[in-house]
Amino acid sequence: MSKKEDFVKFDKVDKSYDGKVLVVKDLNLDIEEGEFVTMLGPSGSGKTTCLMMLAGFETPTNGEIYLDKNPISNIPPHKRGIGMVFQNYALFPHMTVFENLAFPLRVRKISKDDIDKKVEKALSMVSLSGFGNRMPGQLSGGQQQRVAVARALVFDPSVVLMDEPLGALDKNLRESMQYEIKHIHESIGVTVVYVTHDQGEALTMSNRIAVFNDGKVQQLSSPDKLYEEPVNSFVAEFIGENNTFAGEISDISNGSCKVKLDKGEIIANPISVKSVGEKTTVSIRPERALINPKDKMDNNQKGKIEEVIYHGDHTRVRLNLLGNSEFILKVPNSSQNLDIKLGNEINIGWNSHDARALDPK
Amino acid sequence: MSSETQKILSTDGIPLEESLKQAEKKNKIKAFLLVTPLLLFLIITYIIPIADMFSRSIDDKMVTNMLPKTYKAMEQWDGKELPPEEVFEAFYLDYKILVENKTAGRLQTQLNYEKNGFKSVLKKLARKQKKFEEGNYKEQIMKVHKRWRNVDYWRAIKRRAPAYTYSKYLKGVDMYSNEEGKIVQVSEDRRIHRILWSRTLEVAFFVTLFCFLMAYPIAHLLATLPMKYSNLLMICVLLPFWTSLLVRTASWMILLQQQGLVNDFFVWIGLVGDDNRPEMMYNKTGTYVAMTQILLPFMVLPLYSVMKTISPSLMRAGKSLGATPGVAFFKIYFPLTIPGIGAGCLLVFILAIGYYITPALVGGASGTLISNQIAYHMKSTLDWSFASAMGLMLLTGVLVIYWIYNKLVGVDNIKLG
Repeated sequence: MSKKEDFVKFDKVDKSYDGKVLVVKDLNLDIEEGEFVTMLGPSGSGKTTCLMMLAGFETPTNGEIYLDKNPISNIPPHKRGIGMVFQNYALFPHMTVFENLAFPLRVRKISKDDIDKKVEKALSMVSLSGFGNRMPGQLSGGQQQRVAVARALVFDPSVVLMDEPLGALDKNLRESMQYEIKHIHESIGVTVVYVTHDQGEALTMSNRIAVFNDGKVQQLSSPDKLYEEPVNSFVAEFIGENNTFAGEISDISNGSCKVKLDKGEIIANPISVKSVGEKTTVSIRPERALINPKDKMDNNQKGKIEEVIYHGDHTRVRLNLLGNSEFILKVPNSSQNLDIKLGNEINIGWNSHDARALDPK
Repeated sequence: MSSETQKILSTDGIPLEESLKQAEKKNKIKAFLLVTPLLLFLIITYIIPIADMFSRSIDDKMVTNMLPKTYKAMEQWDGKELPPEEVFEAFYLDYKILVENKTAGRLQTQLNYEKNGFKSVLKKLARKQKKFEEGNYKEQIMKVHKRWRNVDYWRAIKRRAPAYTYSKYLKGVDMYSNEEGKIVQVSEDRRIHRILWSRTLEVAFFVTLFCFLMAYPIAHLLATLPMKYSNLLMICVLLPFWTSLLVRTASWMILLQQQGLVNDFFVWIGLVGDDNRPEMMYNKTGTYVAMTQILLPFMVLPLYSVMKTISPSLMRAGKSLGATPGVAFFKIYFPLTIPGIGAGCLLVFILAIGYYITPALVGGASGTLISNQIAYHMKSTLDWSFASAMGLMLLTGVLVIYWIYNKLVGVDNIKLG
């Protein structure tokens, strides 16, 4: 059985709450069956609204959402069969863990034996076997979250939505839960739509990430592509660290371009620029620029070290380079002896392919 | 292990436990001083009046003190036949003092409670005894009125001998101890108190029910509406609190009377004929309507405070898990509001059971409650001991209801805010 490529489909969806501002603008999004797609974006970018429209708690102002090719705008939430994990867990405080998990099965009138079996299976999946008789209030945050995940999965929904489910957990727990959710997804192959504003979370867990800003998907691609090849300066800025130069195209030919800065000129990879005279922002990842490069690189500049911060496994170096005093380098902590001292002038080199000339900010 | 059982000392050598106690003593005294005014206030306004009510309700020293010699002489009398000469003499002497001090009226009233017709007999004796000669008082008293020959009257005096009595409590449930000392019911046409008790319970129950039915949706709206609307609605709910109880009751009188606005409206829409306007006041309907309106905020507020804490995502979670809105409501939302329901019902019921002004004004004869009867005895008959007894019976009733309620719902499950 082949996977359906557009299992969940947003087709030209608009959403407005007050009739004045569009929270979601012309959203088109196809999600494959069994995929883990993350909607990532700053708060107010429309990602949670999209999730709520998919769950059925909001209706699109315009456009249609399809689930397995069927339009679902007129189907109430309880008939959609979509599991959901809420930000604050939303466990029913007056029911035991077992009753919480049995709830979706009981409303579906499943026989008692099957309920027992399914609940037991779901609890062991989140390694909480034997916790069935506890009340949610007696569990830690991480355990509550796992119960919420188990409850969203116990009735075998075709799609599970997760609305910033790890937001309330501390850092270590959040990281271990990320792997746990990822493994659950891999083992049962359910389609997951995940909402977060934490890029680290999105990069670790997802098959594909949809970066939202201003009610629009800025880029939809796999985590590595998103990081290495951002298509616009918002994505470049939002995902990971980023060094930027603002300038103007002075020459463009054969898949590379020259960008004139206030001080000096660099060679870059034209992504969203087409002609001479256009304004642009050039983006370079900190780890792509090297100190005293051995291989020949087509950009070579001198910079003055302004700050050195020791991070254990690497050292962050802030330089003043071509008039940008916020140029960051990440130097791996190796036995290599580089002359990194405050105030030194050093040689920096990078390939023009890694300097992406994007839209101006 | 022995080294561990050793006492831990603080740095200046005092055992740690003691130095902790000393350090906390100051705080305890401070805390106590802070609550002292309230404690005193409670004792003065709550504990003392209740204790006073109790002693008043069982106190029967008045008659005992007015007839000291009589009761001393009566100690030997078995009450089967007419008392001997000493009793008559002692009674003559006691009564003479009362007549001279002009305090005989109170004795006449009290003994008349005990035996009907006693008052006139005593009044006649007061007039005639001035001409009494010394000696043989039995003959002389019996000559004044033939009822003095009836042993029942002397038994009535003897029944008032103890300094304490529970007769007021019996009267509160339409019972009394008869001439043989047995506890029996009063004749059927005089059993008014039991009707009042059951009516009070009935009215309190239905008012609580009506309040619950009306307050639940309001509280839900209050808890879920956006701020600017919920504030307005909250003001509407609280508005009755800012208006005098009398004004509110009076406005119900304007609305509900036979020529009132509600009746006018019914006639106008053709629900009733103009010559056949229903009575909605001076009966139980009036009491129900006005009390429900007045007590509604006491149900809304606890419900609201509980509903406010229920996250809207719980209902969403229920729906996303496949529950229809109705199932989600009854399985998730409703059980979570039970603490508020418990608190609201308890508040309204207890307030309703002792309600006074509203039933007095709009209740009429068939809509008055036990508290109106208490007030009647406080103000009109001046039988304070009976009023106290009924007040205490009401208080005990409320405590019993609270106890049953605790067994059923659990006071821990009540949330007042």
